Amino acid sequence: MKRHLVSAADLSRDDALLILDTAEELAQLSGRAVKKLPTLRGRTVVNLFFEDSTRTKTSFEVAEKRLSADVINFAAKGSSVSKGESLKDTALTLQAMGADAVVIRHHASGAPARLAQSDWLHGSVINAGDGTHEHPTQALLDAFTLRRHLNPGLGNDLSGRRVTIVGDVLHSRVARSNVLLLNTLGAEVTFVAPPTLVPIGIEHWPCEVSYDLDAALAKTDALMMLRVQRERMNAAFFPTEREYARRYGMNGRRLARLPEHAVVMHPGPMVRGMEITAEVADSPRCTAVEQVANGVSIRMAVLYLLLGGATLADAPSTNQSEAAK
Amino acid sequence: MTTNDSPRPPHQVLDGADISRVITRIAHEIVERAKGAEDVVLLGIHTRGVHLSRRLQAKLTQITGREIPLGTLDITMYRDDLRLKPARALEHTEIPAGGVDGKLVILVDDVLFSGRTVRAALDALGDIGRPRAVQLAVLVDRGHRELPIRADYVGKNLPTSLREAVQVRLADSDGQDAVLVGDRDYTARSSQALAADPTRPE
Repeated sequence: MKRHLVSAADLSRDDALLILDTAEELAQLSGRAVKKLPTLRGRTVVNLFFEDSTRTKTSFEVAEKRLSADVINFAAKGSSVSKGESLKDTALTLQAMGADAVVIRHHASGAPARLAQSDWLHGSVINAGDGTHEHPTQALLDAFTLRRHLNPGLGNDLSGRRVTIVGDVLHSRVARSNVLLLNTLGAEVTFVAPPTLVPIGIEHWPCEVSYDLDAALAKTDALMMLRVQRERMNAAFFPTEREYARRYGMNGRRLARLPEHAVVMHPGPMVRGMEITAEVADSPRCTAVEQVANGVSIRMAVLYLLLGGATLADAPSTNQSEAAK
Repeated sequence: MTTNDSPRPPHQVLDGADISRVITRIAHEIVERAKGAEDVVLLGIHTRGVHLSRRLQAKLTQITGREIPLGTLDITMYRDDLRLKPARALEHTEIPAGGVDGKLVILVDDVLFSGRTVRAALDALGDIGRPRAVQLAVLVDRGHRELPIRADYVGKNLPTSLREAVQVRLADSDGQDAVLVGDRDYTARSSQALAADPTRPE
């Protein structure tokens, strides 16, 4: 494992499987009376959120606390960032306070990479979503959920499984991280989106592109719906919500046309009635709530693998012939 | 005076038949001390403790005629040397359906050495439930404790020096049953001597 997790492209197949398998073991913890491990006792993790988030921030916080880390939540609103402090100065402050890891969400694509490559911070940097770029832990929890449904078992990957990702690919960091990770794990990805919401250069991504959701349904093992990110849209990308819902929305009729084993995923927050009807969102085949629970296990696994070992996870392994008994 | 610095090759101290006898004896001791092993739960510590606990369970079933609950325990997240090595993959922890509350839990491991593994196991157990009592069964006790911990059931007491390494091999993971003792750096030095490239690690 590398020291930072900035992009899903950083993960080799072995790294990704190690995270999924570790998460599988850690998932057992949620069924116990004492949901806590002493593994990160004495380590400080800062959650540095420059953008609003409920799910991801809470999920990281629960994961950090379950591993006994000291957690500092740092929201840009109400902090010195709103007074004009730069990312560099914020990072230097956190470094001076002894942060062992920084979980960062930033509206600018590339902010976590900048932090990871700089010498402002000595700790690990975990990308919790940067602009329209990437959200690697979301991709990991999606892969974890997919594996549980389509190919359960430790060490298994997703080879040969077909995943269709539907919606606002242009603005979606979830789609970007997912296509990279799913490809690493051997799955075939098809994007279905209005032509206006397909990014330039998508022909270089390891995926297929289609504009017709109905045609893709029959050969889909998992359908991943994306949120339409109105806050990132500065122009009209499609005529009306109704038309979007008619062409790209998930509804009961489309659900019935999916193969029986297929699941419908959504990273949340769901816009009911537009991307997904309530009928599908509340059906047992929709994994949105399960994805949230899996998110805690995945983030625990990432934190443990980056921080739980020797101070630098990428330090060369020492020659340990015999474990202390 | 001449000193012999060359490391000793590992020599066998227990063979398959010895290990089998030891497990039979420990099983009888458990039944005797636990007065029939009514509320006994076996917990094997990964990796070889799990194999040993399975054998112990089979023997206890033979003796008592009942199935003794069996679980496995991975203590990685509770180790006190986590920060000294890169993070390692987790093994599977499985607690028997009945849980451990109010039970007599017997931890099973292959070698008892510093006692740190057992300390970690006791911590892990504290998070899983509240057993009536906890006992420890080991195949080999090689001494050199760093914590106030001792085993209740010992297969063989094996006085060793810190220069030595104890290797437990079990058919389930290593192809044969044996306990070997040799100098800690024997493999390293001998392979260096044999290898064409003397800088090759191990």
